[in-house]
Amino acid sequence: MDGLGALLSDYTVRTVMLGCALLGFTAGALGVFALLRRQSLLGDAISHAALPGVAIAFLLSGSRDPLVLVLGALASGWLGTLLVSAITRSTRLREDSALGIVLSVFFGIGLVVLVIVNRLPSAGKAGLSTFLFGNASTMLTRDVWTICLLGLACLICLALFWKEFKLISFDPQFAASTGLPERMLDTTLTTLIVLAIVIGLQAVGVVLMSALVVAPAAAARQFSDKLLNVVLLGGLFGAMSGIGGAMLSASMEKLPTGPVIVVIASVLTLLAILLAPHRGLLPDWFRHVASRRRIETQRILQALYRLVESDPDPFRPHDPNALQAVGLKAARSTLAVMVDLGWVEYSGERGWIRLTEAGWQEARRSIGGEAAT
Amino acid sequence: MDGVTPAIRVEDITVAYRENPVLWDVDLEVPPGVLMAIVGPNGAGKTTLLKSILGLVRPAAGRVFIKGEPLSRQRRLIGYVPQRSSVDWDFPTTALDVVMMGRYSELGWFRRPGKRERELAMQALERVGMTDFANRQISQLSGGQQQRVFLARALVQDSEIYFLDEPFAGVDVTTEKAIVGILKELRERGRTLLVVHHDLSTLAEYFDWVLLLNVRAIAAGPVATTATPEMLAMTYGGRSAYLMKQEGGDG
Ligand SMILES: Nc1ncnc2c1ncn2[C@@H]1O[C@H](COP(=O)(O)OP(=O)(O)OP(=O)(O)O)[C@@H](O)[C@H]1O
Ligand SMILES: [Mg+2]
Repeated sequence: MDGLGALLSDYTVRTVMLGCALLGFTAGALGVFALLRRQSLLGDAISHAALPGVAIAFLLSGSRDPLVLVLGALASGWLGTLLVSAITRSTRLREDSALGIVLSVFFGIGLVVLVIVNRLPSAGKAGLSTFLFGNASTMLTRDVWTICLLGLACLICLALFWKEFKLISFDPQFAASTGLPERMLDTTLTTLIVLAIVIGLQAVGVVLMSALVVAPAAAARQFSDKLLNVVLLGGLFGAMSGIGGAMLSASMEKLPTGPVIVVIASVLTLLAILLAPHRGLLPDWFRHVASRRRIETQRILQALYRLVESDPDPFRPHDPNALQAVGLKAARSTLAVMVDLGWVEYSGERGWIRLTEAGWQEARRSIGGEAAT
Repeated sequence: MDGVTPAIRVEDITVAYRENPVLWDVDLEVPPGVLMAIVGPNGAGKTTLLKSILGLVRPAAGRVFIKGEPLSRQRRLIGYVPQRSSVDWDFPTTALDVVMMGRYSELGWFRRPGKRERELAMQALERVGMTDFANRQISQLSGGQQQRVFLARALVQDSEIYFLDEPFAGVDVTTEKAIVGILKELRERGRTLLVVHHDLSTLAEYFDWVLLLNVRAIAAGPVATTATPEMLAMTYGGRSAYLMKQEGGDG
């Protein structure tokens, strides 16, 4: 852990990590709204559409001032969003086609401008190409401050309009019917999402940034049914991805930050989809198996009980195949479970089974319970 | 109706989505304190009419007055139950939380719902018989339970004029009766209700007024005198029917 200690004591690395944590948190938290409003694809279009804005802003201003570049990205990201809705409204194209068009056209233009910028004498200093796949180590202190400022502004705005944003995300029609300025709030929320994307571009890159918006949010959704928890968890997962990415790429040379951040976020999401207690696939599968087994054991128990109900000796052994007469097939594994539960025991060498005292009681209870409902 | 300001007054509303008009020159006056149904075939424009009264759809022409004033000044008087299918029920929120949304506009900007909102919401949930489900995630409710939650959210708005879009869609008889009971109770307390309804067999039993709609307003008035077999045939009979009405003058 010596390397890590040295890494953490380095001021530059600490600053970069702070920046990555905050941009991850902002992206993860606002990503939840993008996810719930089905704007995930829009996020991808926005981040690609921001590239020409960054390049043109640099071309015009000649400076690498983060605020200028962010403004450029914001402007062209927004233009992209407006174009998407203009295309869907005025043509017969569906939204996904409009998104695809805007994404590729803007990205293409961005690449062209980037080539032009790189031909300029001052290009080496700019290093704008890092905006493609992101490189957190190029972040200077002022970049990090810009991220902190804008990220916090986003989060404060989110907190201030929390209940309004929640309402327009769940039921925009109802929101509008109560007189809330639904269009304005919608625009504000989309702007916050654009902003969350834009501040991550330098570290994560336009190509992969949308993954940092979608993946932590999707992971968070697996764990809670309360919007506040989902948003906080989304932020947490985003921040974890950001910090992890920054640390890994700082400790290994030539490892780009963006892809590492996104890989971490994706792994988190995959784990969440598989393992989350309530919505995860594995726990769900186990619950399914367990409940089938429970129903199966109850049915067999009841059938055994019916076989011996009128018998003077209720514990007389029976051939398990006799259950077939009542349309049941007792799988060996199910019988084994019932033996474990102490409801049934094997008797004799022929593999016959009989109810135990406990099983008999349980069966009576089970049948009585059904009759009562 | 003379002398009484109608609760809702719609003048010459025309709505077109692309080129085809969906509502054509609809006039409507809803007297205060009635439980009124909007009836008509699928695609007749019932939802669109509600939405344009509520200002959710911009009409190509026409005006709406709520108690004699433009809608923008009367938002507080309005309660709305949208069609259940209009929202994503997998949204991470609980029944109680959805009901509290009915208080948001009353709360105003920057104020969080608190104890009082929670109490009001619990009362509303109790009225619709959903107390036990207050903390359920909304996707784990049945269709009828979801509909009750939506109704509770409107109740908590404590409005004078209610708009309900197909509150009986996909609910069982028990829930339907429960909802009707609440609607009638609201009417007894002087509220006005405009309800999109599909089942003609219960029309007279549930409602006292009716609007027959099929792109045009075919007829409006008390159920007994308005929903006559001829008028219903005209409403559901398709295009030729309302051309006949045009030729025959006012119905
Ligand atoms: N957003 C929209 N864009 C284009 N056309 C629409 C839109 N909404 C509704 N329409 C059309 O307007 C017409 C009226 O629709 P509306 O939803 O008002 O009917 P409705 O009477 O509520 O029908 P239903 O009984 O099926 O609910 C329909 O022909 C529908 O196809
Ligand atoms: Mg409808």
